[in-house]
Amino acid sequence: MRNVWIICRKELGSYFVSPVAYILLVMFGVIFGFFFWNALGFFVIEGMEMQMRGQAFPMNLNEQIIRPLLSNVSVIGLFFIPMITMRLFAEEKRTGTIELLATSPVRDLEIILGKWLASVTLYSCLLLFTALNFAFLFKNGNPDWKPLAIGYLGLLLQAGALLAIGTFISTLTKNQIIAGAVTFGVCLLLWVLEWVSGYETALWARVLSYISVVPHFESFARGVLDSKDAIFYVTVIFLGLFFTARSMESLRWRS
Amino acid sequence: MIKVKELTKKYARTIAVDQISFEVAKGQIVGFLGPNGAGKTTTMRMLTCFLPPSAGTATVAGFDVLEQSMEVKRRIGYLPETPPIYPEMETSEYLKFVGKLKGLSGADLQKRIDYVCDRCAIGDVKKKLLGKLSKGYRQRVGLAQAIIHNPDVLILDEPTAGLDPKQINETRDLIKGFAGDHTIILSTHILPEVEQTCEQVIIINKGRLVATDSVRNLRARARGAESVVLEIAGRDRALDATIVQHKLEQVSGVSGVQCKNQVDGRFIFEVESDKGRLVRADLARTVVESGWDLNELRPAAMSLEEVFLQLTGNEAEPVPEKVVAEELSA
Repeated sequence: MRNVWIICRKELGSYFVSPVAYILLVMFGVIFGFFFWNALGFFVIEGMEMQMRGQAFPMNLNEQIIRPLLSNVSVIGLFFIPMITMRLFAEEKRTGTIELLATSPVRDLEIILGKWLASVTLYSCLLLFTALNFAFLFKNGNPDWKPLAIGYLGLLLQAGALLAIGTFISTLTKNQIIAGAVTFGVCLLLWVLEWVSGYETALWARVLSYISVVPHFESFARGVLDSKDAIFYVTVIFLGLFFTARSMESLRWRS
Repeated sequence: MIKVKELTKKYARTIAVDQISFEVAKGQIVGFLGPNGAGKTTTMRMLTCFLPPSAGTATVAGFDVLEQSMEVKRRIGYLPETPPIYPEMETSEYLKFVGKLKGLSGADLQKRIDYVCDRCAIGDVKKKLLGKLSKGYRQRVGLAQAIIHNPDVLILDEPTAGLDPKQINETRDLIKGFAGDHTIILSTHILPEVEQTCEQVIIINKGRLVATDSVRNLRARARGAESVVLEIAGRDRALDATIVQHKLEQVSGVSGVQCKNQVDGRFIFEVESDKGRLVRADLARTVVESGWDLNELRPAAMSLEEVFLQLTGNEAEPVPEKVVAEELSA
């Protein structure tokens, strides 16, 4: 456990010493801020229309702002995750520092967990930016915090799963760009795979839409903790890290 | 301290290391010598548990590299060909990280960091980014990280590669200073390095063990017969090489004469004599009495370089080590 922490600290150090973390934070902050501003704009216009028509439509911050925004974050995340994970192993392989890690009295699994935890931590920092915006809602309105908390849990689980996949892909190459591009492709596919369920109901379509990560987030966005979806994400995390471990091992045997 | 038995590493198409066996006693400095691609790096990687052997066994301090790799890793300090440094870290930060990885902590860790900084003369760059350091400093930081946990065994892969002559000397002295406390294996393809630094030499070529012996024995072994180089010139008239050769062959104790070179009427002969016979005086007398000039007479001592070429079969073919290294990190 101590070793996991040592590796995690080192990874966070290199995220925050280089501009990587700050660029990601600023970009994420700006993009999410724009989404938030838009959602708020629509909410206000809708509210005024309701008033003019004299309808007593119940305006709901959770349903009309938080829920769609959480879904947006889950998709924006797909674009940021490759940038977080691409260097994790590729960089170590390129510079040869992987030899230092692999010849130190540290288990492969500890290295992998440390790196993955660091990437999850950086992603959590991105989420903190969204929390700032939501704090504004709490100051000026009274949304329910419980669905929001569940939503964040879902975001973390989804990101954890994609980060695990990204970590695995990073072990396959020593070129960061390749690792990033492949991870991005995979993330994108895992987002759009569910579209097939729109026109096809055969088994293959159901399987494809099941392995798509985005629909599993629906329940979390609604504020519902559905164990089915939670288990899906946890399984993907487990598989991703498992394949990372296999990949590190085969690196030694194969070469 | 290190026992290697029929260690073999096969890659998909090639055999990088082929049944190598050797032993290294505690406190020795051993030079691991071979042309590029001989399998030096692969062998070292197996000893450091980075690569698992395909066959055979290796034990470090009594622990098997495959079965008890954690114990082996705790007792080994390793400096790969390129120092494994993180350019975005400061020297002290880096040493702290490596120290923790190797299991040090607290006051112990701080003591070791101070010690290795002092030992490797990197105290003045403690607060500098590793990416900004010169090659020589990087190498010394690499050495510092290798000894930070005071390992029993040090494995250094071409520790002087790419350094300038002054840095090479400093690094060699540093490594020599480690002997005694640590058992050291260092690889190199530079022969003088072995002559200057090591007590024992292990020569490998094309993945096979060629020789393992002390530096002195190795030189003596390859020399065999004594040989002498003569440079002879005619005083007034041009020389006839065959006549000179004939005359020299008649000196007692001479077993072979070879005309090596001829420049401006001067001839260079290499004369071999039976082992243990000193023929130089007789050769000189013969030349002078024949009315020729003896410009030079010297023993043709074989350098380790020649020993090495003789042992490895004097070939200069391109080698697959780089390819292997690239495949590994691909």
